[in-house]
Amino acid sequence: MSPAPLLQLRQLVKNYGGVRALRGVDFDLHAGEVHALLGENGAGKSTLIKIVTGAHQPDGGTITLAGETVTALTPATARTLGIACIYQQPALFPDLTVAENLALRLEPAAAGRRVDWPARRTRARELLARLGAAIDPEAEVRSLSMPEQQLVEIACALGSGARIVIMDEPTASLTQKEQHLLFAVVRELRQSSVGVIYISHRLEEIFALADRVTVLRDGQSVGTHPVSAINEAGLIRLMVGREVSQIYPASESVAREVVLSLRGVGCAASGVHAVSFDVRAGEVFGLGGLVGAGRTELARVLFGLTPADAGEITLNGQRVTLPSPQAAVAHGIAYVPEDRRRHGVVLELPIAHNMTMAIHRHLFPHTWLRFGAERGLAREFIRDLAVKCSSPDAPGASLSGGNQQKVSLARWLATKPKLLILDEPTQGVDVGAKSEIHKIVRRLAKDGLAVILISSDLPEVIGLSDRIGVMGGGTLRAILPGQSDPHVVMSAALGTAEKGAA
Amino acid sequence: MKRYFRELSVVGALGVGLLGLAIFAPAFFQPQPLLSLVTREAPTLVVACGMAFVIICRQIDISVGSMFSVCSVCAGLLAARGWPLLLVLPAAVALGALLGAVNGLLVAGLRLPSIVVTLATMVTLRQGLNLVRQGEFVNLPDRVQWFGLSQTAGQLVLVAGAVALLVALGLAMRHLAAGRFVYAVGTDAEAARLAGIRPQLVTFLVFGFVGALTGLAAMMNLAQSPQVQPLSGLGLELKVIAAVVVGGVAISGGRGNLWGAFAGLLLLACVAPALTHLHIEAYWEKAIQGAIILLAVVADGVRSRKGGTG
Repeated sequence: MSPAPLLQLRQLVKNYGGVRALRGVDFDLHAGEVHALLGENGAGKSTLIKIVTGAHQPDGGTITLAGETVTALTPATARTLGIACIYQQPALFPDLTVAENLALRLEPAAAGRRVDWPARRTRARELLARLGAAIDPEAEVRSLSMPEQQLVEIACALGSGARIVIMDEPTASLTQKEQHLLFAVVRELRQSSVGVIYISHRLEEIFALADRVTVLRDGQSVGTHPVSAINEAGLIRLMVGREVSQIYPASESVAREVVLSLRGVGCAASGVHAVSFDVRAGEVFGLGGLVGAGRTELARVLFGLTPADAGEITLNGQRVTLPSPQAAVAHGIAYVPEDRRRHGVVLELPIAHNMTMAIHRHLFPHTWLRFGAERGLAREFIRDLAVKCSSPDAPGASLSGGNQQKVSLARWLATKPKLLILDEPTQGVDVGAKSEIHKIVRRLAKDGLAVILISSDLPEVIGLSDRIGVMGGGTLRAILPGQSDPHVVMSAALGTAEKGAA
Repeated sequence: MKRYFRELSVVGALGVGLLGLAIFAPAFFQPQPLLSLVTREAPTLVVACGMAFVIICRQIDISVGSMFSVCSVCAGLLAARGWPLLLVLPAAVALGALLGAVNGLLVAGLRLPSIVVTLATMVTLRQGLNLVRQGEFVNLPDRVQWFGLSQTAGQLVLVAGAVALLVALGLAMRHLAAGRFVYAVGTDAEAARLAGIRPQLVTFLVFGFVGALTGLAAMMNLAQSPQVQPLSGLGLELKVIAAVVVGGVAISGGRGNLWGAFAGLLLLACVAPALTHLHIEAYWEKAIQGAIILLAVVADGVRSRKGGTG
């Protein structure tokens, strides 16, 4: 190993509001090394990348590049220092040609400069040839496949003389064959003594490609190991091996009649296929899995946003089709979406309006709005769910994240649903509000609601669910009992274990 | 009070202007010219109500001027053929609704940007009308003017009708579920969809509605003159959009109300007669109107920069 690593991170700290995303991360990258970064959703991988590429500033710790300590890294300085990042979704200009895209990144940005078109094309051809990529520099980026676009990104990185290349889940949308092409390119990079930080959920890739692996958990690095000295079980243990620090409210409910029953449900457009399970009244059915496993996609199928095109959906014993959200609502399905800022609470509208948005037909049967009834209903939910707000007329934007989530929940509870789908209900919510939401979910199940809980927070899914469906690759991989061993759940999510009994 | 601050500031500006006129040009307030002024603006007010709906829904319709011309000419031809006014009126409204529905179908059905769609229908309708009519005026039978009433009575009917419509629509916007759907779709169409509202349907209906109101406005205009000229709606869209924006309806959708649009319209409409009475050259009219629009837009920009939510 060379004496001074290409990149050295020491005790890196980053907070977002009250959330501690990184709490003292150490990380080294040497020249000619592929260093894998592994961790659960929310372990801090993305935050780390954002700091190394200069997109975000750390709140503490040091960044050392080739022996020199760097302060105030910006995206521009990161680029000049030779740091390049290849994202899952290439950030290219689709209407420009490959050569033009490369030129935009690599040529000096002087507006009055005369463009040397032949030189531009030659350079692009050279860079692509170095990668062994058969891409026409004159092709419009729009016409390229996803892996070809990634190759263009890598060509950019090479052309800028990058010494550190970060790859964030590069194989997520690639076919097997394309993956092998990409692996060859990564090995090329290693040969030319570039340092590669490789992020992936797929353990087999890490074993095939990486020299060392660092595991992040809860914003801390919990160990760096040579790949040759560790196995899959060891990695999984590092990823999840934490004390369940939070106490989850105990399940007091008795599962009753089957509310929802899926048999081979699929939707080609959103990549969900062959999903079968039952959810009973009074139970919390957790959906676990890694980001991109198809959980939200399944929820959107059940809510009629991307209607199913295969399989049978049975609700309360009746076979149904769910072609639209209106149909889903009519059948007693409620969906509290992920990303409440964008899709849950309309921030400009008052809390009361937000809460009654889905029940106009019931609350105002004669089309005239009755503000008294609306405020009364809102007050009831504000008291019931302990929403902290100044009045029902305050705008949604005046609430904290946890309270916005409660408003979003209230909107759907107001429809008196039989099946409640919660998508990441505690994402970005502080600890206090989180445990309040947990209690609410448990109480709702006790009152006889069937709840589907989607969460990327593994302890939450395990602690709160009566049964856990583990998804991966758009389908259900296993159904496990609540309080299962986190290692078993993680193994199922990663697809390393045998298929569980459904 | 805080909730309506933006609208009240327009009313305040209007009040200050009128007060200034009361002092320096009291002749402005002679009843008959004032009534004529308000009557001339009555059709514009009706279209402005529809435009406020469209803009709150985060869309725009720049074809209202052309729809207005087409509805005027067609209604005029029907009246000239001897149709009774009680049939011409619904025919004009239906024609407007139909034209609006075409816009709505293109915008909501095919999800095309409304500025492009309505630009296309604006040009198509205007040129189509020119081609067919060759700029010919339609002479109206006497019974059409002021609906066969005396001038003052006719003017009062028009003004009262427009104001009644404004009040009804303004109340509906606040007290009907449909009104709130328009705000919800204009603020966040995806959130509205997830709440079980059909944003495309709302958008389609809003376009149809502005069309119907434009047809009605064309009819109100017909009653004011002995002839219909095919260019009657030229520039109407700009006038209406300006009034709505000055009145505090956010061009980015989801915010504003009809009361503000009404105040904005009056403010802009008073500029020209005020200049006449103050013996200032009429060339200043457009410049002053432009300055008012600019002021309103800048004020909104500053407000939203500050992160105000109201």
